[in-house]
Amino acid sequence: MTWRGDALLALLGFVALAAVALGLGAPSVLDFAIRFAIFGLMAMSLNLLIGTTGLVSFGHAAFFGAGAYTFGLLMQSGGWSIPMAILAAIVFSALLALVIGALCVRLSEIYFAFLTLAFQMLLHSLVISWVSLTGGDQGLMGGIPKPPFLGIDLGDARHLALFSAFCLLASVVALRQVVRSPFGAALRMLRDNPERAAFLGLFIFRYRLAAFVIAGTFAGLAGVLMSLYVSGAFPTFLYWTTSGEAIFMIMLGGITVFLGPLAGAAIFLLLNDWITNITEHHGLVLGSILLVLVLGLRKGLLDFAVDAWRERQGRRA
Amino acid sequence: MDLGELASCLGSASCVVTQVSAGLTIGMLLFLVASGLTLIFGVLGLVNFAHGTLYMLGAYFALSAYGATGSFLAAVLAGAFGVALAGLVMERFLLSRIYGTDVLMQLLVCYAIILILDDVVKIVWGGDFLKMDLPDAFRRPPLLIAGGIVPFYYLVLFGITAAIALLLAFGMGHTRFGRTVRAAAVNPGMVGALGINTTVVYAAVFGIGALLAGLAGALSAPIRSVVPGAGVSILIESFIVTVIGGMGSIWGALAASLLLGFTRSFGSIGFPLFTEGLMFLIMALVLLVKPSGLAGKRHA
Repeated sequence: MTWRGDALLALLGFVALAAVALGLGAPSVLDFAIRFAIFGLMAMSLNLLIGTTGLVSFGHAAFFGAGAYTFGLLMQSGGWSIPMAILAAIVFSALLALVIGALCVRLSEIYFAFLTLAFQMLLHSLVISWVSLTGGDQGLMGGIPKPPFLGIDLGDARHLALFSAFCLLASVVALRQVVRSPFGAALRMLRDNPERAAFLGLFIFRYRLAAFVIAGTFAGLAGVLMSLYVSGAFPTFLYWTTSGEAIFMIMLGGITVFLGPLAGAAIFLLLNDWITNITEHHGLVLGSILLVLVLGLRKGLLDFAVDAWRERQGRRA
Repeated sequence: MDLGELASCLGSASCVVTQVSAGLTIGMLLFLVASGLTLIFGVLGLVNFAHGTLYMLGAYFALSAYGATGSFLAAVLAGAFGVALAGLVMERFLLSRIYGTDVLMQLLVCYAIILILDDVVKIVWGGDFLKMDLPDAFRRPPLLIAGGIVPFYYLVLFGITAAIALLLAFGMGHTRFGRTVRAAAVNPGMVGALGINTTVVYAAVFGIGALLAGLAGALSAPIRSVVPGAGVSILIESFIVTVIGGMGSIWGALAASLLLGFTRSFGSIGFPLFTEGLMFLIMALVLLVKPSGLAGKRHA
């Protein structure tokens, strides 16, 4: 299937989503759709690093937060239209990823995980201490103006849900192109056998950095959607738990299936809502489930299902 | 940024003494946590992302023991050995299952442990900031050295941590157990073939690392506030220490801990808002110039 096929599928998905969202129109459904788009995009972008390139980043929320804060600050400053502010926020996230990535991707995997975490916490403490710009602990208050553009009014939950779904699907199509391109094949080779890739003349540093920047860019877009959704930006966006949650989603879904992170994001959000409803000891329950999953299955739910299915197929043949 | 302030501090003996004593104390406490982290990584090949959480647990254990007995010694022992025990349980039941797997697994298991322990702490001790009272024995007037103020408790802390550092260095360098541990770090298969139970060695190393973290938590309880989630910042700092000093090197960890301690104490005068940024800057510089750290051997 070419990219046209993907685009067609995405279009069908969008129409189906739109029909459901607008048909039902219940606030809770729209709410869930928006959050799903945000965290689905976040998880998909992170999986380009973890699943495709084999770089375990523990600081992905840095770009999520950067996108949210840049967008929020630009919109609050006035004089920016939403598309221009989104573009600027994405470019800023990409530049940030370029700087952090240039320092991190040359390191071995354990250092990489820790260093991305460290840079994210540096950004977090910067946001907390630069009160005059970011509002510190309180976050960006006062709401984010959402002037309509092209007939789209993002202040309306239905419009925002459709817009988020559109961003998600467009990004997923784009990410799929990246993964299936020769560039994506090179990334998988870096994951599986970096020495061989180096022997073949691939410049490992550049490929990893490019993957890091692409992932950071899409995370920035997810951050923009988040700041539109909550009409603000908060330090928790760049806290390490947000990165942890993204990895958790990927783990729930599975890293080997392309759309696994999307499934994981959906499962995580449902799980999260359910746990919040029944108990206040959120971390205890979530952590226990994660432990059972990781130590029991040793792979994502979808990975597990796919492997089990393949095994059955193999036995039949 | 206030370089003038920093210059005038460096010009006065009293200010230098005060800041050096603060820097030494911060640095030595950090060393206790970081040396455990680097030891565990060097021998087990595991990055214990939950190490800061063990530190937090040590502070809470000390708090409870002090409340129950009123004895500082009991509090410190409870912090150190309570956490060592918790660490052993963690290692035996959870972490030992993921030795040799990829970073993603280690990360996820530690993430789950942090989530669970932070919540458990919140259930048992509540989510508010707590602080341990300074024991009466240490409530003495601060010492005046060359006009600089040095709190008495800082001297106690420095004495204990320096003794532990020496003990650790001696234990690793000159005892049979230390040699076994260093051998297991290089070639665990060979150590096992020689009839040494590497499972026990691994558990012991993790236990020692946890003990050091718990000890640091207990010792810091009277001077820092204790709160759920406090482990993450000390984890990041310990990691910066291991990067600057070199993963697996005790001496490198000591030098880097003191460097960070001074960065904190003097940085808070010169760059009050950018102290943390300064630590990251030093780390980035070390990574660019010598990626294996100051005392580290080349790693792949």
